[in-house]
Amino acid sequence: MEVIKIIGTDDTPSVTLDAQNEIFEISGRSLPEDVAAFYEPILDWLDRYAEEPNEKTVFNFKLVYFNTASSKLILDILLKLEEMHEDDKEILIRWHFPEDDEDMEEAGEEYADIVEVPFEQVSYSLD
Amino acid sequence: MDDKVDIKDFLEFVYSFYKTMKDHEVTLVYEGEVTHQITKAFTSLTETNMEAEEEGPSTQKKVFHVMVECLQNMSKHAETIDASNLKKDGRGIFMLSKNEDAYNITTGNVLNNSKVAHITKMLEQINDLDKDGLKKLYKQQIKEGRLSNKGGAGLGFIDIAKKTGNKLYYNFLSINDEFSFFVFTSKISRNN
Repeated sequence: MEVIKIIGTDDTPSVTLDAQNEIFEISGRSLPEDVAAFYEPILDWLDRYAEEPNEKTVFNFKLVYFNTASSKLILDILLKLEEMHEDDKEILIRWHFPEDDEDMEEAGEEYADIVEVPFEQVSYSLD
Repeated sequence: MDDKVDIKDFLEFVYSFYKTMKDHEVTLVYEGEVTHQITKAFTSLTETNMEAEEEGPSTQKKVFHVMVECLQNMSKHAETIDASNLKKDGRGIFMLSKNEDAYNITTGNVLNNSKVAHITKMLEQINDLDKDGLKKLYKQQIKEGRLSNKGGAGLGFIDIAKKTGNKLYYNFLSINDEFSFFVFTSKISRNN
């Protein structure tokens, strides 16, 4: 499968989707001008990946900020992973948040409540 | 008309405007079209200022967050027509003010009267909820809501209330039969 590698900017996140090397990560800031257009290729990629996924997929979210429009698209990504989980594929979401960022931690908890998929919260230090 | 009188009036206006801003502790004010570039410029400027003033990291994040949501609300929902009946959407006034206790973020924009009842209902519903209630409403809206063609998720106001922990203040001032001026203020406490 082709690899998606997007370098982040001050308003769009870094994205790596690399099935062969087992790297699935979205990190940084997400407030794109056109949120649907930004996330469309990512969601399309996941649809294709879901046809023949790896035995195990660990998907890392390491966002420092996202706006509410992005939050809806992040849920769409999680729902696609949930579907793969329902198809008996091993899926793990790792939600990374800066250790002092309660709002980002809470955002992870809320997503974990909404989707039925193994979900791990990971705090990290910014220093 | 005498140009000299006009200019003198204008210069006096500048001074009184400056004093009014100082009195209301306004640190940033803008009137015009709210574009993505404007949103980025204002948030980045405000971040730089807050860092220079060693504002707490949690307050900084909340101010950034609320600014983005407010500016995007305007760029997506503000509507107006000018004197020559040209439609000019996505414009309004944006204000950031700061005192010892809090940052206040205020937007003002023209809206069609047909939207007033819906927005009032939504804001009242949000203001009636406590933290847990807001979390529930947020989860319900993110699950059931759909991204509008303008790219909004219907989550902005809920998120502002949730992140600030304060009530949302608003008012609609009647312009004419067709339009109202919608003023919206949210407060971010500084002792986060």
